Amino acid sequence: MGSKTLKSLLMATSILATAGFAHAADTELTIESWRTDDLAIWQEKLIPAFEAKNPGIKVKFAPTPPTEYDAALGARFDAGSAGDIITCRPFDKSLEQFKRGNLASLTDLPGMKNFSDVAKAAWTTDDGKDAFCVPMASVIHGFIYNKDAFDKLGIAVPTTEAEFFAALDKIKADGTYIPMAMGTKDLWEAATMGYQNIGPTYWKGEEGRAKLIKGEEKLTDAPWVEPYKVLLKWKDYLGDGFEAQTYPDSQNLFTLGRAAIYPAGSWEIGLFNTQAQFKMGAFPPPVKNAGDACYISDHNDIGAGLNAKSKHPEEAKKFLDWVASPEFADIYANALPGFFSLNSTPVKMQDPLAQEFVSWREKCKPTIRSTYQILSRGTPNLENETWVESANVINGTDTPEVAAKKLQDGLDSWYKPAK
Amino acid sequence: MSTVEQASADRGNDKRPWRWHIAVFLTPALLVYTAVMILPLIETLRLSLFNVKDGQSVFVGFDNFAVLFGDPRWAASFWNALKNNFIFFIIHMVVQNPIGVALAALLSVPKLRFGAFYRTALFLPTLLSFVIVGFIWKLILSPIWGVSPFLLDLVGLKSIFSPWLGKPGSALIAVSLISVWQYVGIPMMLIYAAMLNIPDEVLEAAECDGVTGWSQFWKIKLPLILPSIGIISILTFVGNFNAFDLVYTVQGALAGPDGATDILGTLLYRTFFGFQLQIGDKSMGATIATVMFLIILSGVCLYLFAIQRRMRRYQF
Repeated sequence: MGSKTLKSLLMATSILATAGFAHAADTELTIESWRTDDLAIWQEKLIPAFEAKNPGIKVKFAPTPPTEYDAALGARFDAGSAGDIITCRPFDKSLEQFKRGNLASLTDLPGMKNFSDVAKAAWTTDDGKDAFCVPMASVIHGFIYNKDAFDKLGIAVPTTEAEFFAALDKIKADGTYIPMAMGTKDLWEAATMGYQNIGPTYWKGEEGRAKLIKGEEKLTDAPWVEPYKVLLKWKDYLGDGFEAQTYPDSQNLFTLGRAAIYPAGSWEIGLFNTQAQFKMGAFPPPVKNAGDACYISDHNDIGAGLNAKSKHPEEAKKFLDWVASPEFADIYANALPGFFSLNSTPVKMQDPLAQEFVSWREKCKPTIRSTYQILSRGTPNLENETWVESANVINGTDTPEVAAKKLQDGLDSWYKPAK
Repeated sequence: MSTVEQASADRGNDKRPWRWHIAVFLTPALLVYTAVMILPLIETLRLSLFNVKDGQSVFVGFDNFAVLFGDPRWAASFWNALKNNFIFFIIHMVVQNPIGVALAALLSVPKLRFGAFYRTALFLPTLLSFVIVGFIWKLILSPIWGVSPFLLDLVGLKSIFSPWLGKPGSALIAVSLISVWQYVGIPMMLIYAAMLNIPDEVLEAAECDGVTGWSQFWKIKLPLILPSIGIISILTFVGNFNAFDLVYTVQGALAGPDGATDILGTLLYRTFFGFQLQIGDKSMGATIATVMFLIILSGVCLYLFAIQRRMRRYQF
């Protein structure tokens, strides 16, 4: 019943939309998205900027709440009423739509040359031949710190692992602040803010990730176990009762000024700017030895694709080409500090904290989260297992070696790398 | 009595009119029940015998069950969930139900003042949404903002506090006790009602024979409320093996830490609907649902045939 009502509603909206077309001489493009939060940014900044340059094309941003987006979009594809521009989830969800023929290939779109292969990885077929979404935004991992606390204790921003732990020791010895705000209760903090944050430094970013997918490296190899050994050391610097500390607890501990360092994702910037009453700074995951190349997790999060059955493919491609342009990148990234453009042309961020995050792209090599592409398709799910095992390592339930072995065994049970 | 004999005598002789009103009255309930209970149940059982191969749904017999019990990973998570579920159930049986009986016994003391107030207060958590209960207890037990470390500190017992919900050894017990706190009102009310049903004459007769106080409870009241305790046990069993909501709100879908609070309901949820990057597997989900159904069915049958039949009932 629910789906019928939904379908008829969708039909009604599509008929109304078509009626709109008949009256206007302009072509109207509809954007499907789950980013309901971005409605104002699209309506006030992005769409006017595009329409001013492209007379004759009108754009409508029509978001669906995030939890309903995937199901609703699927229903609209089936009913043939989906919008012209589709906002793409990263990896398998969009790949599936491409394979079903719902998303058109954008390999030939001129604007695609503005993006690196890593940026396009989330929306490329496994063989790397077809790209089907324009990368819009990514999130970067690193550490946000309380600048006032660092100044008070006379701590310099750490760049190496040794300096990092020396700083933590100093904060702990002083006792005013909890050295690091992270909990293991929600599991994903340990995996996403911990393992995926510092990990690329040890497995050498894309290089290691590619080897893992090809089967040349295993999760039990030193580069993949070492991040767990470092995570284990974090245990002594987390707050009392971190085992039952949830993600919102960690956020509040930091923004209330009770913790000095917060292992972060750049999406926190918007919230932290409004809540924290002290100065904040950020530093990338520390390298092992001074002078080593640094790596950051620059994880693709949002893309834009073309509905293969769009009635206005030419106009839609024009729009997507604009989405791929530095101009779009500039407006979008500055309107949403923390969601960074993936464009190869660097964007000057007005927010200092966001600028700090994005500046790492120039000196560090970016990679995406190791578990997201291909490796989380089977059962047991590598991403979920990584959550559990990362928390286990910090809680002391499993040693780093045992955790790595469990993950590799789980992966081996279904994943056979193509040789 | 005589009308029944009359009716059965009539049946042989002349044709009675078709008693259509029975069908008319039964149909609506039957239709609704079939649509919302029987059909989904049959569909679940059917789905557990199918799996998707090359994009097609094909009949695979008991292959899904073979995977669930044969594959070391599936089997490990299933037995872990079943074991946790049994612990969950046993904690309810040894904590919730005795406390429920004790509270009912206290409430039925005739001289008790503010009885109605206690009854309402103790029953209130049962009426709360599990989302609220889960949230409240997460806050109470929080090592950072929680009131429990503070209260323990006041009485000098801060040392016994630990982040119970986050430790593999204590998380399941903590979640079970939260559930006990929430649902203790149900056995209390049922036993209370059963105790009120005990006729005063019986108790007076007992008093005349010198059976009072505790021995009166053990020798007179308890045997009389045993059938109710049986009903409560079976309700607890069914409720616990279908439980999902509280664990989900307190510990999340992965039922951490390290799967320590994973029960059949959360395992079913993750399998059927998927979680994060994990894509839902309807066939395996249905397989787990079928096994849950069989476990509950066999538990209820065991109770009905082995226990309830032997229970002595007293007529007044």
